[in-house]
Amino acid sequence: MDLKDLYRDVIVDHNRNPRNFREMPDADRRADGFNPLCGDKLTVFVKLAGDRIADVSFHGSGCAISVASASLLTESLKGKSVADAEKLFGTMHDLLTKEDAVIDVPALGKLGALSGVREFPARVKCASLCWHTLDAALHHQESVCTE
Amino acid sequence: MNTAMVTPVHIAPVAPLNVDMIRRDFPILEREIHGKPLSYLDNAASSQRPRAVIDAISDYYARHHSNVHRGVHALSQEATDLFEGAREKVRRFVNARSTKEIVFVRGTTEAINLVAQSYGRPRFGPGDEILITWLEHHANIVPWQLLCQQTGATLKVAPITRAGEIDFAAFEALLSERTRLVALTHVSNALGTIVPVERYIKVARRRGVPVLLDGAQAVPHLTVDVQALDCDFYCFSSHKMCGPTGIGVLYGREALLREMPPWQGGGDMILAVTFDKTVYNDLPWKFEAGTPDIAGAVGLGAAVDYLNAIGMDRIAAAEHDLLAYANERLATVEGLQFIGTAPRKAAVVSFTLRGVHPHDLGTILDHEGVAIRTGHHCAMPVMEFFNVPATARASFAFYNTRSEVDRLVDVLGTAREMFG
Repeated sequence: MDLKDLYRDVIVDHNRNPRNFREMPDADRRADGFNPLCGDKLTVFVKLAGDRIADVSFHGSGCAISVASASLLTESLKGKSVADAEKLFGTMHDLLTKEDAVIDVPALGKLGALSGVREFPARVKCASLCWHTLDAALHHQESVCTE
Repeated sequence: MNTAMVTPVHIAPVAPLNVDMIRRDFPILEREIHGKPLSYLDNAASSQRPRAVIDAISDYYARHHSNVHRGVHALSQEATDLFEGAREKVRRFVNARSTKEIVFVRGTTEAINLVAQSYGRPRFGPGDEILITWLEHHANIVPWQLLCQQTGATLKVAPITRAGEIDFAAFEALLSERTRLVALTHVSNALGTIVPVERYIKVARRRGVPVLLDGAQAVPHLTVDVQALDCDFYCFSSHKMCGPTGIGVLYGREALLREMPPWQGGGDMILAVTFDKTVYNDLPWKFEAGTPDIAGAVGLGAAVDYLNAIGMDRIAAAEHDLLAYANERLATVEGLQFIGTAPRKAAVVSFTLRGVHPHDLGTILDHEGVAIRTGHHCAMPVMEFFNVPATARASFAFYNTRSEVDRLVDVLGTAREMFG
């Protein structure tokens, strides 16, 4: 187990310069995610165009893993259909939690940088917080708590 | 600052500890974590146990176990003697007048809940006030909130200062003829602040208001004398003072405990039961329904013996020395901000590091074998006051060394480089 597996360059970069890190006053959907164990608090905003995600952003504060994961989420979902987003949520969940999952990591692009998190069980919730929050937003829930 | 408030243990010259020898008493300190030697700096969450405590528990189960207060057979008598012997050790340790005032509970949390439900619930009603402070652990907030919901009483909270001390003048101003109980921490778990509780107790008792102290972080680190403090209730946990988990102590002034109804019913807390009427047992057993944590009590007694053999004054002096060294070294780390800077502190250092979230810091330190706590430390209002979502907290025990402080400081440098 190497710390560099967790804090890969992509993660460090997205933590330092998170993409789509802004509030979205005219969002169609939004949800708050809270991880009370470490104090991470994120809000995910989604603007829809039909069944496509026209825009997605996030705001809040958290550790490097939760911020980078949210930043990568927004980058990868823009323009995708809601169904594809939900499918990707399932894939990310498997990537973060299932040791024996068969996943085409290179196909995930930059999101694949989160594959090292599985080796750090205490940090899985940090990486999955934004995904649960997105899922809540898409399902009209106002908040989600990952403890 | 009033010098009379300074705990004498910090200024009394005492023979220093032989830390190398002491470390050999703690088997877990030989462990490696991720291939690195363990530096355990999370003692405010839970301390480690010396071999003497582990052996006492093992020996109890291997040779003496039976139920207590029940049988006429030899083992029951042996178990009872060990259990009640542990109570006497605890009594002496905190200088209670009588073992009637030492109630075994699961821990500090249960002790506070017992007082809320047994002392507060029958007495308090709308218009009554319970006064706590902004420094409290959730365990000294939530039981009172529950009690307020149940009785209609109101919770009042005394503010703290930027240094992390209770604002005494504001506390005194909040004491009124409606105040029915003061509940306050002796040592802050999140910041390490040692509260000069004597003056708080004095002003409260002058008004006839009983005082409960949360001593979970105090008992392991300084000499506690409940008679000298003159408090009404004092709560603490075994697992923070080198004893086993699952057991703790409620000290209560006998006159108050006598008036309080039992809070749980069952075996051991009764003298006679008929379907018309039950006669409750004497103190302290009135509050100990069911088979108690006998092995836990035996282990706690062994922990008290262990701490006494070293001497609480020497423990306090050694930890004070570590704190001073940690403060000095950590002050040199660029971007480090101390959270809680009271002049009198237990060996707890809470801090943030610019550019590195505490949670990431915790992972990076763990990778090097250094265990600290990161998060809100079950004191969310304290975090809110300092406007931080979380802090990193290193908390020291007498078995820690200066070189472990050095390791901590070194890894902070690595973390800054990784994220800088």
